[in-house]
Parts: sequence; C-alpha cells; structure tokens
Amino acid sequence: MIEERFDCIVVGAGPAGNACALTLAERGLKVLQLERGEYPGSKNVQGAILYADALEKLIPDFREDAPLERHVIEQRIWMMDDRSTTAMQYRSEDFNEEKPNRYTIIRAQFDKWFSKRVQAAGALVICETTVTELVQNDSGRVIGVRTDRAGGFIRADVVVLAEGVNGLLGARAGLRCVPPPKTVALAVKEMHFLPQETLEARFNLKGDEGVVIEAAGTITKGMTGTAFIYTNKESLAVGIGCLISDFAQTGETPYGLLERFKSHPSAAPLLAGSEVKEYAAHMIPEGGYKAIPQLFGDGWVIVGDAGQFVNAVHREGSNLAMTTGRIAAETIAQIKTRRDPMTAEHLSLYKKRLDESFVMKDLKKYKNLPHALENKHLFTTYPQLLSGAMQTWFRVDGVDKKAKENEIVKSFFRARRFTGLVSDMFSMARGWR
Amino acid sequence: MSSDTSTKSAPPSGGRAGMKKELSEEFKAYKHVWVFVELERGEVHPVSWELMGEGRKLADKLGVELAGVVMGAPVDATKAAAAECFCYGADVAYLVEDEALASYRNDPYTRVLTELVGTYKPEILLLGATTLGRDLAGAVATTLLTGLTADSTELAVDADGSLAATRPTFGGSLLCTIYTLNYRPQMATVRPRVMAMPARSEGRIGRVVEVKPGLVEDDIVTKVLSFLPDRDSSKSNLAFADIVVAGGQGLQSLDNFQHVKALASVLGGEYGCSRPLVQKGWVTADRQIGQTGKTIRPKLYIAAGISGAIQHRVGVEGADLIVAINTDKNAPIFDFAHVGLVADATRILPVLTEAFRARLSVNRLAS
Amino acid sequence: MHIVVCIKQVPDSAQIRVHPVTNTIMRQGVPTIINPYDLFSLEQALRLRDQHGGEITVLTMGPPMAEDSLRKALTFGADRAVLLTDRYFAGSDTMATSFALSSAIARISTTWGSPKIVFTGKQTIDGDTAQVGPGIARRLGLNQLTYVSRIADIDLAGDQITVERRAEGGVQTLRTKLPCLVTMLEATCDIRRGSMADALRAARAEVVKWSAADAGITDLGKCGLRGSPTVVKRVFAPSARSEKAHFIEITGKSNEAVAESVMEEVFLRLPAIEADLQKMAAGY
Ligand SMILES: Cc1cc2nc3c(=O)[nH]c(=O)nc-3n(C[C@H](O)[C@H](O)[C@H](O)COP(=O)(O)OP(=O)(O)OC[C@H]3O[C@@H](n4cnc5c(N)ncnc54)[C@H](O)[C@@H]3O)c2cc1C
Ligand SMILES: Cc1cc2nc3c(=O)[nH]c(=O)nc-3n(C[C@H](O)[C@H](O)[C@H](O)COP(=O)(O)OP(=O)(O)OC[C@H]3O[C@@H](n4cnc5c(N)ncnc54)[C@H](O)[C@@H]3O)c2cc1C
Ligand SMILES: Nc1ncnc2c1ncn2[C@@H]1O[C@H](COP(=O)(O)O)[C@@H](O)[C@H]1O
Repeated sequence: MIEERFDCIVVGAGPAGNACALTLAERGLKVLQLERGEYPGSKNVQGAILYADALEKLIPDFREDAPLERHVIEQRIWMMDDRSTTAMQYRSEDFNEEKPNRYTIIRAQFDKWFSKRVQAAGALVICETTVTELVQNDSGRVIGVRTDRAGGFIRADVVVLAEGVNGLLGARAGLRCVPPPKTVALAVKEMHFLPQETLEARFNLKGDEGVVIEAAGTITKGMTGTAFIYTNKESLAVGIGCLISDFAQTGETPYGLLERFKSHPSAAPLLAGSEVKEYAAHMIPEGGYKAIPQLFGDGWVIVGDAGQFVNAVHREGSNLAMTTGRIAAETIAQIKTRRDPMTAEHLSLYKKRLDESFVMKDLKKYKNLPHALENKHLFTTYPQLLSGAMQTWFRVDGVDKKAKENEIVKSFFRARRFTGLVSDMFSMARGWR
Repeated sequence: MSSDTSTKSAPPSGGRAGMKKELSEEFKAYKHVWVFVELERGEVHPVSWELMGEGRKLADKLGVELAGVVMGAPVDATKAAAAECFCYGADVAYLVEDEALASYRNDPYTRVLTELVGTYKPEILLLGATTLGRDLAGAVATTLLTGLTADSTELAVDADGSLAATRPTFGGSLLCTIYTLNYRPQMATVRPRVMAMPARSEGRIGRVVEVKPGLVEDDIVTKVLSFLPDRDSSKSNLAFADIVVAGGQGLQSLDNFQHVKALASVLGGEYGCSRPLVQKGWVTADRQIGQTGKTIRPKLYIAAGISGAIQHRVGVEGADLIVAINTDKNAPIFDFAHVGLVADATRILPVLTEAFRARLSVNRLAS
Repeated sequence: MHIVVCIKQVPDSAQIRVHPVTNTIMRQGVPTIINPYDLFSLEQALRLRDQHGGEITVLTMGPPMAEDSLRKALTFGADRAVLLTDRYFAGSDTMATSFALSSAIARISTTWGSPKIVFTGKQTIDGDTAQVGPGIARRLGLNQLTYVSRIADIDLAGDQITVERRAEGGVQTLRTKLPCLVTMLEATCDIRRGSMADALRAARAEVVKWSAADAGITDLGKCGLRGSPTVVKRVFAPSARSEKAHFIEITGKSNEAVAESVMEEVFLRLPAIEADLQKMAAGY
C-alpha cells in the first residue's frame, strides 16, 4: 500500500475530471488524477464542439493557447431521406466576434492541453493507469482506489468518478447501476483529412471560421439517432450515433450506417478525396434527466458522462461535464475548509447546487424527449414527407399552387392519419416543454 | 571523458544552411568510388557485390576508378576476396591483411578504414547496411566528420558530380534525397537485396594495393570470445531465414497458429507473428515481425490473418515475394503483397501445407 | 554504477500523414511515442541497475514537449531525466545529434559521475539510421557494442563487460572494457510496467532542462543545421506500387484447388525456391 494520502482522487482525465482536478488544485487541495489512456485525450478521439462558456468559468484566458480548430459561424441542420436533403442553415457574421461562443476542437489535443493546465495548478496526473476498484471500509465508505499498477492501493478522503459514460467503477462497487442500452447511444466517428485550402473552399470559410452540420432522417434506417460533420483546420470529423438498444434490435452496425451517411449525395461531395486517418467508437449517454443515477455517497461523487449529464438535443456534453466537475470540486473544497468529513450528508450539497444550475434545468426541460424520440416516424416517415413536400412545391410543372398545397397536406394525412399526426406533435411538444 | 575527440577544423559553411557546393581545397583532391567488401569467416556478404555493381555505374558516370576494400587475416580467403572484386567490376582492390582483422571488431576496422580514406582519398564510400556495415560506417563517418546516408535505396550522381542518395524515412511513408555537399568522402549504406546482383565476369583483373596496417593486438581492448553460427543455434533465425510464414490475429486461436508452424516446417523456414499474438502470449517476443520486432528479408514471406499495419509492413517489405491470406479483400496488406488470397486462413493453411508436402515428397521419390 | 540511456521522442509512424500537395509531414495532432527500440535499451539498463545498484539518467535532445517522453521513462523506473533543448539544435542530422548528445553526456559525467555504460536504441523509427549510437561512442571514446542480444556478464571491479552481439550469419560473443556504448537489439526482453510508487515519483520529478550553453557547448557551428554535413534536398511520397496484389481466383474452386494454385504461383515467381525445396526434401 502507498503510505501517502490524498485529499481527493479524480478518476479520469476527460473534461469532467480535468475541470474538477483543476478547481481542486487551484483551491490548494492535494489532488491525484488517474487516467487509463496513454495520455489525457488518447481515449477521446471524437471531434467535438467546445462551448466557451463552461471553459471560461475555469480558464478565462483559454483562447490564448488552447488548441482550438475553428470557431463556428454557421450551423446546418439536415433532414435527409435516401436521395434528398431538406436543410436549415444559419450563418452569421456576428459569430466572428472577439470572443466566439463555440469552437470545433480535436479532443486528443484539447484534453492534453487541458491536462497541462491541471498539472500546472499542482495536481498530480498519472496516465496509463487504470483504476480497477474503489476501496471501501466496513461501513461501505469509499476510502481510496486500487489500480492496475503494482502496489496500487491509494487512500483519499473523497474519490471523484469522472470515468465517463459506462460508469463501471461505480457499478462494480454497487454504488449505482450501469446505464441500460435504452439510455446510451453508440457513436462512431472518422477523421477525414483534406488540405486546408480545399476544405475552406468547400465550406466557403476564411481564416478560422467553421461549420457544424447535424443530420437526421432515413440515414439511421428508422433508429433514434443523428449524424454530424464538424470542420476542423485541416480535417472533418464525420460521425453518426444511435441508441444501443436500436442497434441490438435492427442488427445494423454503426460503421454500416456511417458508410451510408458518407455516401449520401449531400455528404459525399464534401468528403471527396479526403484521407481517413482515425476511426473511433464511443458511447454517449442520452437517457437525460430520468436516467441520472445517485450522484454522491460516503467518500464519492459522480461527474460528467458518468452521471448521464448530456443534453442530447443540443449535443452538449463536454460543457455539462466541465460544469458538474467544477461544482463538485467547489463543494468538496468548501467541505474541506469547514473541516467536515466527506460524507453523503455533506456531499449532498453538490446535488443541491446542480439542481440550481442550468445543467439540471436543461435536462429537466427535456426529460420526456428521449421517450418522444423513440417514435420511429420521426426518422423515417417525416423526412420522406418533408422531402416529398419540397419537391412538389419547387417543381414547376403547370400544376397550380393551391392543388400543390392540397397534395402536400394529403400526403401527411395519408402517411400518419389525423390521430397519428396529433399524437406525434403532442409527444414532441411534451418532450420540448 | 572528452566531449569531442575530433580536432579537424570544419570547412566553411557546411550543413543544410550551405545548400550550394563549396568544396574546400582539402576535399577537391578526393576522387574515386570505394566499396567496403564485407568479409567474415572467409565469406563475402552478397551485399558487397551488389554495391560493386552500383559503384561501377557511379564510377563510370564520374569517369573515375572503382575500388574494393578488403580486410581480413593474412589467409587465402582474404586474397581471394580481393581478386573476386575485379570479377564484379572493380579496377583496384585495397588488400589489408592483419591477424587483428581476422574477425570483425569496430575499433581496428574503424582505425584501418579511416587511415585508408585519409591516405587514398575516395570521394564516395559505400557499405552494406548490415549489422557490420552500420556498426562500422557510423564510427568511420564520425571520425572523418563527414556525412553519411544510411539505408539508401537508390544512388545516383547529379550534374555537378555529387552523390544523390535516396532513402525512406518516417517508416517508409516518405522518401528523401540526401547530399553531402561540402565534405568528403560522401558515405552511404545500402540494405542487402535492394540493389541487383551484377553478373560475374570471370578472369577480369585489376590492380591490387597491399596495405600493412601493423596493428598490435594488445592495443585492441575488445576481444571476440566465440562465434555461434545461426545454423548451429536453436534460437529463432527469423531475421536471416529465406522462407518465413507468419500469422496474425486473424487466426483467432492458438490452435490455429499451429497451422503456421506446420507450413513453416514443411517449407524448412521460420515462423513469425504480428505483435498482438506476442501480447496475447501465444508466441515468444523473438518471433514478432515488424517495427518493434524483427525486420526480415526472406525470399518468400507468407502472411496469414495479418492486416498489414504500417508497423508490420516496415518489417517485411524487404521480402522478394509476399503472399497474403486475408478474409478482407480491402486489408492494407494487399497494398504491398505480391500474391493475394481472399480466404479463411484457418481453412487454407492446412491444405496448403499438404499441397507442398505432397509436391515435395513426389520429388523425393523421383530423385 | 551510473548508466545513461538516450531516448528519442518520435511521431507514431501509424499516424503519420503526408500533405498530398506539399509532400511535407503533417505533424499536427500526430501523437508522439518513445522510439520503440529505445525501450529495450531502457529495460536492459533498469535490469542492470536492479542487479548491480547505481542510477540511471535518461537523456533526450528535442523540443520542450519531449519532456513527456522523459517523464514516461521515469515512470519505468529511471532515476533522473535530462532534456537537451535549444533552437540551435533544430535540423540536426546524425552528426550534429551525436555531437550534441555526447556534449551533454560529458556534462552529465562531470555533474553526476561518469557513466559506465551509455545505452542508445538500435535505431529510431523516424531517422532510422542507427548511426547516432556509434557517433556518440566515437566522440566519447567508448567501446562500441551494437546489436547486442544479451549482456552475458558485467565485472565492475575489473571494468569488463561480456555481451552477445548479432553479427551477420551468427552471434558474436565479445568482451571489452567499460565504459562502453551499447545498443540493444529489438525484442530482447519484455518491457516492465512501473509500480504505482514509480508513477508517483515520476509525476513529481523535476526534469533537468539544458540549453546548448548549459551542456557546455561553445561551438554552435557544430549544432543543428550548420553542424549537419548532410543536406536533404528533396522529400517526396513513394510512388505507390502500381500493381496491387495479384489475387488468386477462388470462385467455384475447392480449398485444395486454391492451395494448388497458390503453390504454383509461388513456384512460378520463385523458381529458385522450388529447386531449394526439392534439394531439402531429397535430403541433401
Ligand atoms: C461522437 C461523439 C461526439 C460528441 N460531440 C460532442 C460535442 O460536439 N460537444 C460536446 O460538448 N460533447 C460532445 N460529445 C460528448 C462529450 O464527448 C462527453 O460528454 C464528454 O467527453 C464527457 O466528459 P467526461 O469527462 O465525463 O467523460 P470522458 O470524456 O469520457 O472521460 C472519461 C475519462 O476517464 C477515463 N477512464 C475511464 N475509466 C477509467 C478507469 N477505470 N481508470 C482510469 N481512467 C478511466 C477514460 O480513459 C477517459 O479519458 C460527443 C461524444 C461523442 C461520443
Ligand atoms: C509503436 C507501435 C509499434 C508496433 N510494432 C508492431 C510490430 O513490430 N509488429 C506488428 O505486427 N505490429 C506492431 N504494432 C501493432 C500494429 O499497429 C497492428 O496493431 C498489428 O500489426 C495488427 O496485427 P494483426 O494484423 O495480426 O491483427 P489485426 O489488425 O486485427 O488484423 C487481423 C486481420 O486478419 C484478418 N482475418 C480475420 N479472420 C481471418 C481469417 N479467418 N482468415 C484470414 N484472415 C482473417 C482480418 O481481416 C484482419 O485484416 C505496433 C503498434 C505501435 C503503435
Ligand atoms: N534526439 C535524440 N535524443 C536522444 N537520443 C537520440 C536522439 N536521436 C537519436 N537518439 C538515439 O540514437 C539511437 C539511434 O538513432 P538513429 O541514428 O536516428 O537511428 C536512437 O535509438 C536513440 O537512442
């Protein structure tokens, strides 16, 4: 056993773990952070969007040296059927502001940079070390962790589980259950490299401007899920994700879906001639509010994906991860200064603060959405109807506009009937409210 | 320890900064192309003759002489090697005989070769990129403070007569052409089997220059206690085998890997594997082929259930013939294999083994 | 016994990308690793220290970020790490590299005692020349032992070392005097995993950072570009082998038939092999 004792051990060096370790270290606590990957971010290859706000609260001057790819000035939302795409596109010069709000990043690099800041703040960060077990005393209180390195039992007053979506450690220790397949999406993603010039021409970008494309429709073959294309400096992050339960049912493979999306007439030209380098699969918790497990106990708290903190609708995860990580740290630091023990009773303050934060408010807002999204018509019937409507509308063929309107309206009723349409609308509305 | 044993003053503006050729007077005197002839236990390494072939072309381009440098004990084999140089195209042979050179050791060989260069001033010096050649070239280049291009795959002289040596870099993902503009000699090593073996012309003769280095055994601290030829050793002889059969994760189980061993033994070759099998503990580390394993240069390489990742590729590309068996017709290994078979290796290997065994036994009866 | 191990941080060759237009290496985001070959030398050094006591200094010349690799080496159990970093070193070839490293080693000797053994890897996966080791040996007047497959014996009292060395066609057993330079052959030993205590120590350790001046280098003309006799004139992507693999026809064939055609194809392309095999089979 290692004699040394830490105020806090943070498991995982993703956004949640880093935010937590940084805040704790800055407040003078003795922190040990353990990451199983070769380096922070090595297990997090997905291209992602960074939301400035959550990071600013931790590192106000992050823009100075963080490895940011592009700031997002344009958002496209694609509703696709097999041959067509109905797009919503918003591009604004206002996003070329001095302190942009959203950036594309490459997690492998970003997490590494983040971790350097954590180390600079005084936390001990050790990679290539997997936490294999939470060590509990007779009364069930977590008193430390065991790792896959020899002589690996290390003591700490509190252990922060920032281990990501699967939450294995917590589950193994019987503190929580593993998230059911219905609440977890499996996302696969590729990095497509293009010469910077080519990429900027294709998306008509200049400087560090970037575009984000979110896509849904028949590309997921009726499964609940979405696809995306993010522009990095000299690469595109291309991915697609669906609920694991759906994959299980349909027997579709994530990679198969990705191929399908990439070969779609709307996507293919954007990717043409690119060199694929990385291929990564990763899970996203999408159970929302109702899937959030017990978040704290005697000597432990859960932050980030491990706590199902992802806003599936807005594709927000890393910002919730950072925020929950920060709030957990602030709570722990406060308890520490009060010289109180890290018991469930005191750590419950963490949950209380979350409830007051945007994190819980947002997740609450969409608490019924996951259920609403199980409606397969959203990913099959409606995209086709939409596409049909558009064609009818735009095709100039001597049919008068009134007739076209009727035809469109009829097509909707034919497909879903009045009751169907109403209930779909109703459940979506409930999901959104 | 002194940080720099060299005292020789560097000529004006060397290095990539001085991209243009500015040969100092001292170096203008350097002429002729030399090939170091690798002689061990009475046998010349084929790479030396391959280099002699290349050297001939360079010398003709430059209109200078081609010389072979032969070092060894004062025995017939050494003299024979010198004579053999002419059959492969040399005009001159420097014959250095001394008991201390009987078996290769870095120190005496480096001393003798650097002195030779100092005395006879060649402009180009070629060595085989073998364990011997690489060991010697590095020491000689550093002592002479000149440039050395290792593992070249292509040699040429350009308009102004400088040696352009092309070599792979970054695990073969790029090639680069390297010059040594302002220093002499221009040194390069070349891997075995990269250059073609030239035709041997019997009876061709030339000038033999005998050199007596007068080495004193007691001055040489390194001693050769013994030499164990590979054929007598039980250990894996992968790196030097003519036939290698290897298996990868595609074989799915340790039992299936036995098929690889079986085929290897029928072909009288060695068996190897990709890294994951070593990590699984199925095969010992000394049988791993690739970047962090052995680099092999067999005549025939059969890869079963190996995807052909770059780290594996760099270890096998030197093979004359690569046969790949893989269920995935898009597996990267088919990008560099010569013969491809899209099939289940676990099924094919046993029948392939039988096919070879049958064919060979037939011949046994016949003979 | 003091041992110095030279390691290099290299881009993971699996991740290298070449810019389709400019043919330059696109390093952005390419993860770096410790040159795989160096790990075998490091492991050997660790084993020697564990047997004979003493300490290990790991040394690298590279950009500031090479500190990561040094820290990783400490996690394996090395005692001290020195990072030689200075813009003057930019663009070094093997000559300039071995000059810089040998200067640093000389400085290490005066600071922490002369090493009995300096280890380098067999070769790097980016430079891939296998020349820096011999270069260092020559400059420091160390007895040079390359391609070592086994360190058979070390006699510290008599300053003697006996090793098995991979030579062409066999294994040499060599004995020489210390101090010496050793480059280990790949796959000669299993590489250990540092203990939790090692990992904690490494995470806290101070990596010593030296500039050219700190390493006692006065003649900057011997460093970096200026100190490099070789000139890289042209970098280009290899012309992908035009013919892809010749695929053996399999449709509608039995496994036996397929195997038959594979064998024929082999013998067709390598007639010599068939001859050799027949000799072997015929038993001579
Ligand atoms: C394809 C895809 C695209 C996404 N896009 C976005 C996006 O655009 N914007 C956004 O905000 N979010 C996005 N997300 C979600 C976002 O990635 C996550 O919400 C965020 O990474 C959660 O951070 P975390 O720290 O909680 O978990 P993680 O980032 O998963 O970090 C967990 C870390 O813990 C380590 N670990 C796990 N177990 C152990 C153990 N036993 N011992 C030691 N270490 C361990 C892991 O190696 C990992 O590094 C995306 C997710 C995916 C899969
Ligand atoms: C720094 C570093 C160094 C490395 N060094 C080495 C090295 O020295 N040597 C090395 O080999 N690797 C090395 N690797 C690992 C390398 O990157 C690959 O992971 C490894 O080579 C893959 O081995 P594989 O092809 O056996 O397995 P896989 O990549 O899993 O390939 C298995 C293949 O078998 C095929 N297959 C499946 N079933 C069958 C069947 N029934 N019949 C036929 N084919 C089938 C599949 O299509 C697939 O192509 C290194 C990696 C790194 C990062
Ligand atoms: N920049 C460097 N820093 C430290 N060691 C190096 C460096 N370059 C090369 N080496 C060592 O020299 C060995 C041979 O390198 P190379 O000659 O490039 O193949 C490597 O395995 C390292 O041990």
